[in-house]
Amino acid sequence: MSTPANLLEVRGLSVHYPGRAPWFWQTAAPKKAVDGISFVIPKGKTVGLVGESGSGKTTTGRAIVKLAPLTAGNIIYQGVDIGQMSNTAFHPWRKKIQMIFQDPYNSLNPRADILSILSEPLEIHFPQMSRNDRKDRCAELLRSVQLPAEHLNRHPHEFSGGQRQRIGIARALAVQPELIICDEPVSALDVSVQAEVVNLLQDLQEQLGLTYLFIAHDLAVVEHVSDQILVMSKGRIVEQGTPAEILGNPREAYTKTLLAAVPRF
Amino acid sequence: MSAEPLLKVQDLSITFHAGDRATVAAQDVSFSIAAGEVLAVVGESGSGKSVSALALTRLLPPAPTCTVTGSVTLDGVNLLGLPEDKLAKIRGGSIAYIFQEPGSSLNPVYTIGFQVGEAISLHRPEVTDVKGEIIRALQEVHINEPERVANQYPHELSGGMQQRAMIAMALACNPRLLVADEPTTALDVTIQKEIMDLLARLRRERGMSILLITHNFGIVANFADHVQVMWKGRIVEHGTVSEIMKTQAHPYTRALIACIPRLGQRRRRLTTLTDELKVSP
Repeated sequence: MSTPANLLEVRGLSVHYPGRAPWFWQTAAPKKAVDGISFVIPKGKTVGLVGESGSGKTTTGRAIVKLAPLTAGNIIYQGVDIGQMSNTAFHPWRKKIQMIFQDPYNSLNPRADILSILSEPLEIHFPQMSRNDRKDRCAELLRSVQLPAEHLNRHPHEFSGGQRQRIGIARALAVQPELIICDEPVSALDVSVQAEVVNLLQDLQEQLGLTYLFIAHDLAVVEHVSDQILVMSKGRIVEQGTPAEILGNPREAYTKTLLAAVPRF
Repeated sequence: MSAEPLLKVQDLSITFHAGDRATVAAQDVSFSIAAGEVLAVVGESGSGKSVSALALTRLLPPAPTCTVTGSVTLDGVNLLGLPEDKLAKIRGGSIAYIFQEPGSSLNPVYTIGFQVGEAISLHRPEVTDVKGEIIRALQEVHINEPERVANQYPHELSGGMQQRAMIAMALACNPRLLVADEPTTALDVTIQKEIMDLLARLRRERGMSILLITHNFGIVANFADHVQVMWKGRIVEHGTVSEIMKTQAHPYTRALIACIPRLGQRRRRLTTLTDELKVSP
């Protein structure tokens, strides 16, 4: 049973994709992107998810918001199993769980101005909102990610990478979510911009009481933001614990290899 | 350091022209690299580090779109004064490049073997056994089953394998200088370590110089001899790695190092650049 302290509980989550058979009469072994993982995300906390490319960390994040098909398992959000829901039934939950993507260049529609990028989720989830209210809300959103409200009429190409990622964050915040899946939100950014975006995410968490699943491959960034860290390899969680436990006293060989590969200075 | 450096860059300035607007990408950039030395260039997007590296062999749009002034001397020859056909022999010959995204630097419609072989037959026409040379090049970058990989297309390889193939191609012509433009930014940390170890070994064995463009101070500290920091098109700081990691003269270098989260040194907040030091808004 999920306790009220846990916003999200994942039990035995598996995402398998059909494999490719060498010949048509043969059956292929499925590709196990995520293979029976379980973890909890406490309310108001940040859970970091680290692993190499292909370890299944992004698929895990996408499965929670139904962007990847579930093969087995339960995703329990505040006591309700949203994993097996139909897309229609899931609709009210979509605004509670939002996502921020890695690539700020490809995740914003280049033809749309910032106002329409930020209004779209509002039109879908708050259809009763008036046009003017929407515009005010969008201006407020821009200010909350420290961008001037006058930028509403600009297009994505007029912004730097860091500014675009702020817009991506504003879009996620538009529908007042409780949980945000951050999929490598700072990996594509310069170190100084990375620091600004990480600080912004932490400020927003404090102000709005947000809960984050923070997916990244940079162990130092994950250590910095997380209350709890999950280490994934080949579709499974191989180790989990507090940052101090994982970094100070890694038990699994895989975690040790990962830590040893980070160049220190 | 030996008396005469392998590569000497003096007062290199690069300006892009679009209509009436001129953008200075690099200004008065001067540095030199000795044989066997690894020089790291650090800076953020837009600081001019990649453009300066591309300008060494004029891999930039021709004038009037882009004007390059100054001099780039390799073994006493000024590359910027060379005609195009002579320069083409240097590119990929004496100076080879590897780029950040191996996936988009390789030609998707040719096999790995063909692409490595093309570099060999272009720059080393004396080689008769090109096939054997391809296999040897792939073996040298620790590709298992080089015969099989030679027949594969780029999309069949992982990112780390693609970058190895790129390195094999770059090294097949025995370059004196390897320009590595963020060679591991797109790769996982474990693969990054393998690639950097590989480059370190090749440099040791061949006495090859490396111009390493990166924004990862961890790589700089573990791999480079000298480092220079670029900011807004200028070199603001230069020194040995141990000097710069210990004390930084320019406020930008200091701020850049301060804003990196480090393993095992958790802070409540990350330091950010002040407005005067910021490159992009």
